Amino acid sequence: MSVELGLRPAAARRPVRRLVTRSPSAVFGGLVVGGILLVAIVATFWTPYGPLTISTGKELLPPSAAHLMGTDEYGRDVLSRLMSGTDLTLLSSVGAVLIAGLVGVPAGLLAASRRGAVGETIMRLADLVYSFPALLAAITLVAAFGASTVTATVAIGVASIPSFARVTRSAALPVLASEYVQAARAYGRSPLAILRRHVLPNVAPFIIVQVSLLLSVTVLAVAALSYLGLGTPPPTATWGGMLENAQSYLYQDPLLAVWPGLAIALSVLGFNALGDGLRDLLDPTLRGRS
Amino acid sequence: MLPAEDAPDRRDLAFLRFAARRLVATILTLFGASVLVFAVLNILPGSPAQVILGTQATPASVRELTIKLGLNQPLPLQYLHWIGGLLSLHLGNSYISGQPIAPELGAALAVTGPLVALGLLFGLAIAVPTGILSALRHRRASGTWLAAATQVGIAIPNFVLGILLIIVVAVDWRLLPASGFIPWSQSVGGALRSLVLPAISLGLVEGAILSRYVRTAILGVVQADYLRTARAKGLPARRALVRHGVRNASVPVLTVLGLELSGLIIGAVVIEAVFTLPGVGSLLLSSVANRDLITVQDIVMLVATVVVVTNLLVDLLYRVVDPRLEVGG
Repeated sequence: MSVELGLRPAAARRPVRRLVTRSPSAVFGGLVVGGILLVAIVATFWTPYGPLTISTGKELLPPSAAHLMGTDEYGRDVLSRLMSGTDLTLLSSVGAVLIAGLVGVPAGLLAASRRGAVGETIMRLADLVYSFPALLAAITLVAAFGASTVTATVAIGVASIPSFARVTRSAALPVLASEYVQAARAYGRSPLAILRRHVLPNVAPFIIVQVSLLLSVTVLAVAALSYLGLGTPPPTATWGGMLENAQSYLYQDPLLAVWPGLAIALSVLGFNALGDGLRDLLDPTLRGRS
Repeated sequence: MLPAEDAPDRRDLAFLRFAARRLVATILTLFGASVLVFAVLNILPGSPAQVILGTQATPASVRELTIKLGLNQPLPLQYLHWIGGLLSLHLGNSYISGQPIAPELGAALAVTGPLVALGLLFGLAIAVPTGILSALRHRRASGTWLAAATQVGIAIPNFVLGILLIIVVAVDWRLLPASGFIPWSQSVGGALRSLVLPAISLGLVEGAILSRYVRTAILGVVQADYLRTARAKGLPARRALVRHGVRNASVPVLTVLGLELSGLIIGAVVIEAVFTLPGVGSLLLSSVANRDLITVQDIVMLVATVVVVTNLLVDLLYRVVDPRLEVGG
């Protein structure tokens, strides 16, 4: 943790400018992610038109004041569908990261504190899942259980467990070896209390960084699965599904493919930049590494 | 680090021991993966025979086909039958068409193999020059711009890039085909032309990721003591970098290259869907859609094997390039 007591007064005077100069990447990522969150929240309550409302006679309209991003092949408003897709993408991605974190973090903590057979087994299992490509795992699960939002979310979540377990374990190991933990142990604190009091607070920043980086991966995976027809089935609006639809109309209306493509790329970029920036702030010695 | 007086044969022995251990771990991983894949695809109720024959089939004919396919046997026996077949390269017959899977898979590999190879070439052609350039100019604006450009490149998913390329190159300029594949037997040039856009979509993103690692590796080398020594000896900057820098920088890059290769193989599944190429990915997706589970099972295992074995080879190569690494580790 970087505290830098000497810099505190200056930092207190110009916190924003300091953040911008120290990690432009975190600021940019934070703004993009904030924007996406805002769109998702608004879309939960309001979209300009119903994302599923078909209007005949208004098919494949170019962008206009009434339809800012135009309409698709069924006359549905593209902006409304994009907004409602934001909602679904975020829910699915956050769900996947939640699954990965709720299993991966305890597993990593356990592997760090029990260095014997238990820890070894956990990490070998993590290696096994890690070596199996996430998309392939998702395709296998969809083949067995059918395409749905839940299958896609669970598949991506399970495939992401190892990265949480690894990060948590490697962050917890030095803490567990530290003198204050030894002191706490000598004092007679229970292992669980030590994990809660000392290990978790020190590991938390690494987990937060991992959440942001992983969200960029899950957003991409959710979009890819729905593009392949293995995610949320139509007519529900998904970014990947919109892209897939738009591909049939590339000659008439290429813009139709540009909007969802832009949304996917921007979200991936945002979460990635936020994670990278937070990591730089957390540990300046890692700056520039990937 | 190994002591200098270490006899070469002792080092070879240590390397062999390391290789053997990694090989065993790889085999265990593949075994675990095969059990998982088999379990997931066979645990659900619902008979494949029913799927093949459709809802109109009589119970008697369903039972007959179930026995013929060996699906009435206990699951462990079915697993052994399947894995034994894979090991002796008998992939079995498709549940849907009844045709053997192997020839179909072979034809698909003739598309996916070259696609991945071209993607890798393209990725390297981007990553190495941009990585080196942005490292050497890391204090100047041009280097920062290059690094930012690779950040954006990483964020563009390959399938989005593929569709953008179709819009610009195929639809607007009408330079290259937007989709489909001309078989190698019909026209080699035509086949290559149909692979250009897919390979670019596949390679650009991987190249952008790789570029960042090349940049980091070169940055580490540029600031290293031995490079300063080489320059002090009077070696011109460029020659010092080529003679001393490249080999040292290649070690971390090599690892990432292995990861990239598995990224390319998986990425090919999506890219084949974008460009409707009749490759392994398309075969996998159509088998999923048809619920042809035996074909899904075979292809998933094939792709997983290629990915895991690639990682093994990269791991071994890593130790060959950099003998300093603790072989026992």
